[in-house]
Amino acid sequence: MIKAITMPKWGLSMTEGVVGDWLVAEGAALASGAEVVLVDTEKISGAVEAADAGTLRRAVAATGDTLPVGALLGVVAGGEIPDADVDAFVQRFQASFVPEETDAEEAGDQIETVQVGDLSIAFARQGSAARTAVLLHGFGGDLDNWLFNHLALSSNRTVIALDLPGHGRSTKAVGDGSFASMAEVVHDTVRELGVTEADLVGHSMGGAVALQLARSQPRLVCSLTLLASAGLGPEINAEYLQGFTRSRSRRELKPHVGQLFGDASLVTRQLVEDLLKYKRLDGVQECLATLAGRLTDTGDRAEDARRIIDAVPTLVIWGADDRIIPAGHARDLPNQDRVHILEDTGHMLQMERASEVNRLITDFWNDQD
Amino acid sequence: MAELSIRDAVNQAFDQEMERDPTVILMGEDIAGGAGGGGEQEAWAGAFGLYKGLYKKYGDRVLDTPLSEAAYVGAAVGAATCGMRPVAELMFIDFMGVCFDQIFNQAAKFRYMFGGKAETPVVILTMYGAGLSAAAQHSQTLTSLFTHVPGIKVVCPSSAYDAKGLMIESIRDDDPVVFCGHKRIYDVTGDVPEELYTIPFGEANIVRDGDDCTVVGYGMMVHRAAEAAEHLAADGIECEVIDLRTLSPIDTDTVLESVENTGRLVVVDEASPRCGIAADVAASVAREGFGDLRAPVGMVTAPHTPVPFSPELEKHFVPSADKIAACIRETVA
Repeated sequence: MIKAITMPKWGLSMTEGVVGDWLVAEGAALASGAEVVLVDTEKISGAVEAADAGTLRRAVAATGDTLPVGALLGVVAGGEIPDADVDAFVQRFQASFVPEETDAEEAGDQIETVQVGDLSIAFARQGSAARTAVLLHGFGGDLDNWLFNHLALSSNRTVIALDLPGHGRSTKAVGDGSFASMAEVVHDTVRELGVTEADLVGHSMGGAVALQLARSQPRLVCSLTLLASAGLGPEINAEYLQGFTRSRSRRELKPHVGQLFGDASLVTRQLVEDLLKYKRLDGVQECLATLAGRLTDTGDRAEDARRIIDAVPTLVIWGADDRIIPAGHARDLPNQDRVHILEDTGHMLQMERASEVNRLITDFWNDQD
Repeated sequence: MAELSIRDAVNQAFDQEMERDPTVILMGEDIAGGAGGGGEQEAWAGAFGLYKGLYKKYGDRVLDTPLSEAAYVGAAVGAATCGMRPVAELMFIDFMGVCFDQIFNQAAKFRYMFGGKAETPVVILTMYGAGLSAAAQHSQTLTSLFTHVPGIKVVCPSSAYDAKGLMIESIRDDDPVVFCGHKRIYDVTGDVPEELYTIPFGEANIVRDGDDCTVVGYGMMVHRAAEAAEHLAADGIECEVIDLRTLSPIDTDTVLESVENTGRLVVVDEASPRCGIAADVAASVAREGFGDLRAPVGMVTAPHTPVPFSPELEKHFVPSADKIAACIRETVA
């Protein structure tokens, strides 16, 4: 079996990527899921992984090449397949490859909004499965935080990613900033979209909102996936929350953003620039300050959270090197067989270990079906 | 996010900020009715159309002034000290001569001379630059005359996104700000958020990443420098193009950090080579980043002459992408 490794599509707006270093040499044996080659996008660098086990027979794309989504990067095949067949495969692929016609403009249109009370809430929807999943980003994030996950998770769920109040393209107002009020907005939003039950995926602060929904709207919540979630213990990096909130310039902000990742070199200038563009908007500073206050003053909800996790099917994933919320919060949770700690991974695990996180979530959902 | 021209981005900044803050007023020549025209129905909205629709919406908060810069710039400075936030348009930067005392000796000094008790939140919006064959008295790049004076902030955007964010920041700032728009880039378009936002003064923007040479400019020269960088990239020369965005305060740190990596610097300015922004940036890097420099600093500026009226000569007067590219090649050689 000869398989192509192609330029991935990470997020709605990605149309092309720049090929970075090859992490394995031609001729190397690859396990399924092995990281093969780095790709830089405007927003972030990531590693492309091998979907199938085999031998890397050809590294077609050269480091530095800018290629459209879907273009051939390399070829994986069993060692026994003759070179001539591999070369013929490459030739056929290249002869028939046509880049998909999408521009960023079009991708922007895929963001919709829904009016919930005084708030305009932005969301993007992927997939058309009968069951629905809702993705809730963290403090200071937006629905683009799921750029490596949104499409991948949509095979057996209609996946709705939201911009929480005060974030992304949603109205910059968070009221008292409580998880209860955020949960209410999420509830009203999905109800407006006709969703009566959903699998929730929450990252960081979004995890605390998901937990709150399981508390206040038990009938809505089929399952919880908590990624580096807030609300499971008292420790949180308050210096990060304040630093992120206060930073006005690239130079101030970059070191804080670096703390989000296990590997700070993943933070591109464009990522920092995009965050600054968000932070410069009127009202954002106040929203973040309010939310940061809530996050640092969680009281002790951990006991209550454990009770919910006991009652609702819950998947917990954490990066071992998380510098924002310690992975230790996962240690004493019930159902440890559904708790996964990923080595060499920071707080933004859904970006840093996208394939593994996507696999774990998909398997977890399949178990529920 | 909508794609707007710099003209429309500035217009939106005025509109949203006037709606939010009733103390914001606009003053200038022909910005409402226009002398000799049909009154408000034929509103000219300024020489460059920046004020379109605002007279209709805000009425007497958009003031047509007599042709006396000394009078109305002075009035704007005075109104600012009394609690208003005026934006006064000095149609061309070349006209500063007739109202300069009001700017450099009055507005710029109040905070200092009254022991920090006086605030003068006035914006002087002005157009600069050559390229329209408007001759020697309507084409100059006199930005450095303002940066020379402590107490004045000087802003010079190159993109629509920056123009809106910097204009709102200028209006909200409690000190006098001179906001300089190159008259040839008002049609440049870019993505602009519909929401209000501010860009802090003193943070340069890195327009393009590169390891071989740092190229610094502001206003229209950013576009010329980016064009030069594009050409050179085809030959494997990668330039880091830095847009200063504001000239007072100036973000020397970003330039120094970049030069630390590239070891080479070319500064581009449409102004005279003497005592200008280019010379200032070059001097700062010579002083604080000398050890990083692997080649003499390159400077691409206009010649030290008045701006010629002849279109052919004017074309040679303004630094072109070719001239910038040639200087970069020499610097990296």
